[in-house]
Amino acid sequence: MRTAREDALPGVIFDEYAKLSVDELSRLCAVDRTYIVELVEEGVLSVVEVDAAGWRFSGAALRRARTALRLQRDLEINLPGVALALELLEELEALRRELKLGR
Amino acid sequence: MEFKDYYKVMGVPRDATEAQIKQAYRKLARKYHPDVSKEKNAEARFKEVGEAYEVLKSPEKRAAYDQLGQGPRPGEDFRPPPDWGSGFEFSGAGPGAGKADYSDFFESLFGAGGRRTQRGFNNGRGEDHHAKVLLDLEASLQGGSRTFTLRLPEIDAQGHLVSNERVLNVQVPKGILPGQTIRLAGQGSSAGPAGTAGDLFIEVEFQPHPVYRVDGRDLYLDLPVAPWEAALGATVKIPTPGGPVDLKIPPGSHAGTKLRLKGRGIPASIPGDLYVVLQIALPAAADEKAKAAYRAMADALPFNPRASLGV
Repeated sequence: MRTAREDALPGVIFDEYAKLSVDELSRLCAVDRTYIVELVEEGVLSVVEVDAAGWRFSGAALRRARTALRLQRDLEINLPGVALALELLEELEALRRELKLGR
Repeated sequence: MEFKDYYKVMGVPRDATEAQIKQAYRKLARKYHPDVSKEKNAEARFKEVGEAYEVLKSPEKRAAYDQLGQGPRPGEDFRPPPDWGSGFEFSGAGPGAGKADYSDFFESLFGAGGRRTQRGFNNGRGEDHHAKVLLDLEASLQGGSRTFTLRLPEIDAQGHLVSNERVLNVQVPKGILPGQTIRLAGQGSSAGPAGTAGDLFIEVEFQPHPVYRVDGRDLYLDLPVAPWEAALGATVKIPTPGGPVDLKIPPGSHAGTKLRLKGRGIPASIPGDLYVVLQIALPAAADEKAKAAYRAMADALPFNPRASLGV
């Protein structure tokens, strides 16, 4: 597991190489697979590929799904509310970045 | 042990109704939710509010808590009374999953009961762990190893929640961006002897960099130039992630002019770009010579910087 050089653990960028199935994503989020399907139907998660085994998600879907889950659980908002909150948060983030870039 | 004034935390009077408490909680939860909030200490505040609500929303817990009165005088240590909890039945589950980080004060009163226990080895696989780190931009630009100190809550053999500090030396993948996740295979909880260990997922954000700002894979650099460099053009030395280079500033540039250095941003198969944004820096009119130069410019140039304002 460890590389000899510097004894450092090799990290990989999950967002780029991962192609997650519905089952893998639901296991990683510790939720039922129907919840992942609901997130897709609500437009919170997007399917990047469909192969013989079904839907595939990019690794970035993990963070998004976990954020959605936290928002829903902690703030007791329903799925359309979560979808709206996520979109607004993204917009806010983009605006903050632009402000910082001074464009 | 520190006494917690849950009414103060929630900002409600001691005779607040259930509806008032719920309303206060909703408002504070939205304000301090770590995914939403930009407040300092949002995460700590959110936990505190969650804990206060856990007690005040339950009639039994609230009644028991109220018996403690206003708590000890400031600076005085709090101990639960010996007859604490007698006659009260704490119904319902305790902390829900993911909300398991309660204060000592809470635990001494209401126990750690109902806490999420270690899930069984799911298909012979240990639990995954999630963590967040702040990374320096250089780690993404050059790759290389970084040492992360992670706080990982774990359930010990007695079922208590303990916060383990874990120091990990990680080879940071070159080109990682803020918002992305590093996966370390097999660094989560271990499984039974036959199973595979879970993974560790580390969410990455960047520390603010003194020179560059990050936008996706692109970097931005504010470059101060003298008025004559912008007006007449010049070749100036600028820093780039790969080392200093000479940049040609075209004549007739102005404040805000954006110059692109292709492929000098964050590395990738298609690397990001480095954008240089010009800022005009004015020399101070500190002595007679400098003042004379400014006066000469004023005489020579018919220039109204406020023309666009119509005045």
